Amino acid sequence: MASDIPTTTPRKSATFDDYTLSEIRRAAATGIYDIRGGGSKRHLPNFDDLLFLGASISRYPLEGYRETCDTSVLLGTRFASKPIKLDIPITIAGMSFGSLSAQAKEALGRGATLAGTSTTTGDGGMTPEERGQSKTLVYQYLPSRYGMNPVDLRKADAIEMVVGQGAKPGGGGMLLGQKISDRVAEMRTLPKGIDQRSACRHPDWTGPDDLEIKLQELREITNWEKPIFIKVGGTRPYYDVALCVKAGADVIVLDGMQGGTAATQEVFIEHVGIPTLACIRPAVQALQDLGMHRKVQLIVSGGIRNGADVAKALALGADAVSIGTAAMVALGDNDPAHEAEYNALGTTVGAYDDWHEGRDPAGISTQDPKLAARLDPVAAGRRLANYLKVMTLEAQTIARACGKSHVHNLEPEDLVALTVEAAAMANVPLAGTNWIPGQNTY
Amino acid sequence: MSGNNLDLKALGVRGVNAALYALPEGSNEVEWVIDNPRGLHSIACGLDAPISVTVNGHAGFYCGGMNQKADITIRGHAGVGLAENMMSGTVRVTGNASESAGATGCGGLLVIEGDASSRCGISMKGIDIVVGGSIGHMSAFMAQAGHLVVCGDAGDALGDSIYEAILFVRGTVASLGADCIEKEMRPEHLNKLAELLKSAGIDAEPGEFRRYGSARKLYNFDIDNAY
Repeated sequence: MASDIPTTTPRKSATFDDYTLSEIRRAAATGIYDIRGGGSKRHLPNFDDLLFLGASISRYPLEGYRETCDTSVLLGTRFASKPIKLDIPITIAGMSFGSLSAQAKEALGRGATLAGTSTTTGDGGMTPEERGQSKTLVYQYLPSRYGMNPVDLRKADAIEMVVGQGAKPGGGGMLLGQKISDRVAEMRTLPKGIDQRSACRHPDWTGPDDLEIKLQELREITNWEKPIFIKVGGTRPYYDVALCVKAGADVIVLDGMQGGTAATQEVFIEHVGIPTLACIRPAVQALQDLGMHRKVQLIVSGGIRNGADVAKALALGADAVSIGTAAMVALGDNDPAHEAEYNALGTTVGAYDDWHEGRDPAGISTQDPKLAARLDPVAAGRRLANYLKVMTLEAQTIARACGKSHVHNLEPEDLVALTVEAAAMANVPLAGTNWIPGQNTY
Repeated sequence: MSGNNLDLKALGVRGVNAALYALPEGSNEVEWVIDNPRGLHSIACGLDAPISVTVNGHAGFYCGGMNQKADITIRGHAGVGLAENMMSGTVRVTGNASESAGATGCGGLLVIEGDASSRCGISMKGIDIVVGGSIGHMSAFMAQAGHLVVCGDAGDALGDSIYEAILFVRGTVASLGADCIEKEMRPEHLNKLAELLKSAGIDAEPGEFRRYGSARKLYNFDIDNAY
């Protein structure tokens, strides 16, 4: 009988998996590419692929709780007459008012200030809430120049010239009509409700020679007081960092492809740019080749989650790291308390990324007054400060175990890699070997 | 009172700007002359006082950038980013201006008596720009608000992806950018144009101009508008 014939188990294609099929159907139904927030979700070589060796007979550790392990960082020592000093090597990345609610921006300022670090404006200008609650505020200077004015420029503690970001190197910002409220429209001088797409190129400079002149103008207008950062997405880190130095950066912010965005095309997030892990060593090499390592500070961002990630980034040569997505989670993004509402939006906790739609149940990535009112800026700021504290303690724990009295004393020699890919990208040996792919034989 | 002369060759850009920034609020030293500019960059940028500044010669990039309240006259040509992000006041250049004149300007009046190069008025956000001559390609790209008056011709892709800025051109337009269209010149537009020409001190007949602005078809995504 036919029913007695053994059958093979139905087999789905590895190439055309369920997600791929769903995206094809969605594209066929709508005619528009998928837009979402956040950074790359695919598996990438990352900091989890590195391990610290720690101290033993050949290395001397510091006592885990009592001996000093400094975490302070000074940013902007090259040209600025007023560098900024942070207590911890973790900053809050630029996120705009518009993409985030005013309450969320205020919470970021409160949390950063409690933790002794800086926060950063975004594509849309500086809000009073944010300036008022941020002891140290970095003012982003973006291609769109939305809300840009010299009064706010002078109120800032540092200026960040944004050339690109890791989620979409080569792309401009995007803020869809649902989030262009009256206040956002006024700040950006745009009609309410339009799908706003920011420029991807600066309007008044092209290339590093022009950029050097542009930075001179910004320094003149701010009396050469403020550190100037240049932020680039991770693409060609060696050359981009070298050109940032040439243009006169005090600080370079390098954002890998795990770095988040408020909104852009899924295809952009997942297929343009390189992982954070692959960015750091070429960037540090460029600084070293120019004799500028530690003179021009390097901030690395994109997928930083805990103190181990912080320590690893610093060990590879960064001066500090920056967090965006993780800070949002600390505020309350993707909190299980909202699971029913996430389900109603067709998603689930941990997967919610339609930040561009402005329907965030947590009140963070929204301009809806009722939703935004759900976020208590004081309590959310406290959570962020707690999280930053834990990250710092974790980084100190690792640094002490490696015998370092300052987290900046961590070095590549303290690290090994678990995978060949990570060994090649981080330029450290595969664990248990002395083999660095591409450098020597084993 | 008589003018105060600042010799840029002797003081450098930093010295000149610092002297202008240091003026106390309400100072009666309101007329200033900058000599020997020699095409240097960032001259008289970031001013924030109701003073009059004359630059005697050519200026480099970003002259008058982010100006607030000051009236600046450049007796010569100006480089890239003239009066970029100006907030208020007036900037006038008697010669030509390079790329991105008035870029992202939020207010005030920029007068270019000669020609302007490409990207004039790019991302303008409320500034009024009057050009006595012609302008280059990609001018008024993503222009959000304000007025751009061109007494000569406009290059290719005028007003590409324009928002609510209003463009007046007397001569020919090589081509219009995405979503930029010619619009009816109504009486209120003629009145506004006459006012702008008068403010700029340029003698031209408003009736000879044509108006351009946004078709507003790119404001929200439409799959049939995808380029």
